[in-house]
Amino acid sequence: MQQTDNSREAYWKANLRLITFCLVIWFVVSFGFGILLAPVLNNISIGGYPLGFWFAQQGSIFTFVALIFYYAWRMNTIDRQFDVHEE
Amino acid sequence: MDLKTITYIVVGATFVLYIALAWIARAGSTGEFYVAGKGIHPIANGMATAADWMSAASFISMAGLIAFQGYDASAYVMGWTGGFVLLALLLAPYLRKFGKFTVPEFVGDRFYSQTARIVAVICLLVISITYVIGQMRGVGIAFSRFLEVPIHIGLLAGMVIVFFYAVLGGMKGITYTQIAQYVVMIFAYTVPAIFISLQLTGHFLPQTGLGGTLNDGSDQYLLHALDKVLVDLGFAAYSELKGSMLNMFLLAMALMIGTAGLPHVIVRFFTVPRVHDARRSAGWTLLFMAALYTTAPAVGAMAIYNLIKTVQPGEVGSAEGNLAMEDRPDWMRTWENTGLLKFEDKNNDGRIQYYNDRNPEFAAKAEEEFGWQGNEMTVDRDIMVLANPEIANLPNWVIALVAAGGIAAALSTAAGLLLAISSAISHDLLKGVFMPQISEKRELLAGRLAMVGAILLAGYFGLNPPGFAAEVVALAFGLAAASLFPTLMMGIFSKTINNKGAVAGMIAGLVTTLLYIFTYKGWFFIPGTNMLPDNPDGWIFGISPGSFGPIGALFNFVVAYVVSKATTPPPAHIQQMVEDVRIPRAY
Repeated sequence: MQQTDNSREAYWKANLRLITFCLVIWFVVSFGFGILLAPVLNNISIGGYPLGFWFAQQGSIFTFVALIFYYAWRMNTIDRQFDVHEE
Repeated sequence: MDLKTITYIVVGATFVLYIALAWIARAGSTGEFYVAGKGIHPIANGMATAADWMSAASFISMAGLIAFQGYDASAYVMGWTGGFVLLALLLAPYLRKFGKFTVPEFVGDRFYSQTARIVAVICLLVISITYVIGQMRGVGIAFSRFLEVPIHIGLLAGMVIVFFYAVLGGMKGITYTQIAQYVVMIFAYTVPAIFISLQLTGHFLPQTGLGGTLNDGSDQYLLHALDKVLVDLGFAAYSELKGSMLNMFLLAMALMIGTAGLPHVIVRFFTVPRVHDARRSAGWTLLFMAALYTTAPAVGAMAIYNLIKTVQPGEVGSAEGNLAMEDRPDWMRTWENTGLLKFEDKNNDGRIQYYNDRNPEFAAKAEEEFGWQGNEMTVDRDIMVLANPEIANLPNWVIALVAAGGIAAALSTAAGLLLAISSAISHDLLKGVFMPQISEKRELLAGRLAMVGAILLAGYFGLNPPGFAAEVVALAFGLAAASLFPTLMMGIFSKTINNKGAVAGMIAGLVTTLLYIFTYKGWFFIPGTNMLPDNPDGWIFGISPGSFGPIGALFNFVVAYVVSKATTPPPAHIQQMVEDVRIPRAY
């Protein structure tokens, strides 16, 4: 069974879009909130945590975990949509 | 029962468990030896990968690093976790689809070049060997501290155990023992952390305790109190940036792309049955890792707060504000014996002063107003985890558990690295380059022999560590970031990068990173041969040698692109191969 080039290309584009979306969030929570904007965000506190500090040592990690599961789940849907899933 | 007996029993029991698992899961084929027959459940692989990744450094040293650097150490916390996002999105699923046994094998096939494969093998060997030496040393140190045996006995015990399950079981045996090691490790890390968090803040979860208020009736937030006491003692505030932001940014980036490019981690994702499993499995890995990585910042902050408050119970500068020498608690005396904690009563007042005597302004004030003659306590950062159970007055079995956890952390990482080394030798060099006709049975034997050789080598260097042992960690991450990660990524995401481009790119990344590190650390780490001083004033744009990885990676990308443009594009069957790697279902 040979797939058409068009649908392969569309599948790859959908994947790249999803990757880009996830990497933007990855960058924003860690390098953005955790480093570049941390001095500003530290003016806000959640409990005893300055917000920038919280993103750097806690929040970014939780977001990373959620991101990978989200990517896996979305890709699974996209795989099925383009009929390239396994089994 | 005394502590030593309990420690022997707990550590001994974990060893019996590892060997039993290895015997049950011994490998019978090269497929089982290299990639556990590709039959590992994604959650099981996630747990094994977490143990594989979390080394003696993560377990023993990271919390101490955070304790003394505060917010600045966030680069490590984010760097060592964020790399798994890159791995899950950019590498793992596609390399799993490729479906072979090793990372250099993908490089060699995708770039249709034995040279590319050999360069990848060299990168892999340098990265993994420097890494494994530290792990074997970690096993020896953990043994010697907790069981009071000489380092070489501990190291030997570690070598025998690793020999047993890694040589016998290959990837399959390693996977099952790593799962057991993860459980031991995480239990040993979180139990003392929970108790300390309860004592200090009343929070069961260290993650919320770090943002909570202190239990001492002052109703102050822990982090505020910590900032205040540090500033009072002439240090910088805990929760604010002390170094350069650019350097912190690049360090976090170097650790992230370095993590994603480490071959012994990548290869773990070859062991799951399907592409979809590889994506999910990375999520599980990070979830299991997060249990330790989100606890470590709390352990660091709470341990340093406890330590300072023990030494400085009263007002800074008041006559009775400092701990009297003879009143110091038992755990301090215990750790003085190991040399990790030292006191020196410089002003002969019979009390201990801990403060920042390198802050000239504060040091002058302290001398003039308080009569302090310099900092009197030196602390090895490893104490922050090792002495935690004693500081919190926890029962002996918890201390024994921390010993077993430290050893598990070092052993699990060592085993993963040894496997990466032996498969690069038996599969990439022997089968791939020198003896393509070798039978499966003999390749398996060669893999086991290479493993034995690697264990002996790692053991030797663990016993006689080269003076630059700590320096080379920067090298391992720098190389992974500058050489393997960009090459693997281009192999998947570009159809136009060709054999010459890939080799030139890898070498460009490798050479620039090496040059930058050698400029500051000395040529081949020989002390005194550095061209520029290794401090923030000497670094170009304030970029430390350990943070250079992303810039080396940039060189790799640019050179690969330019060279590929100028030479013949990859043949049609290679472009087809890239197409296939991108699609989960096999055709």
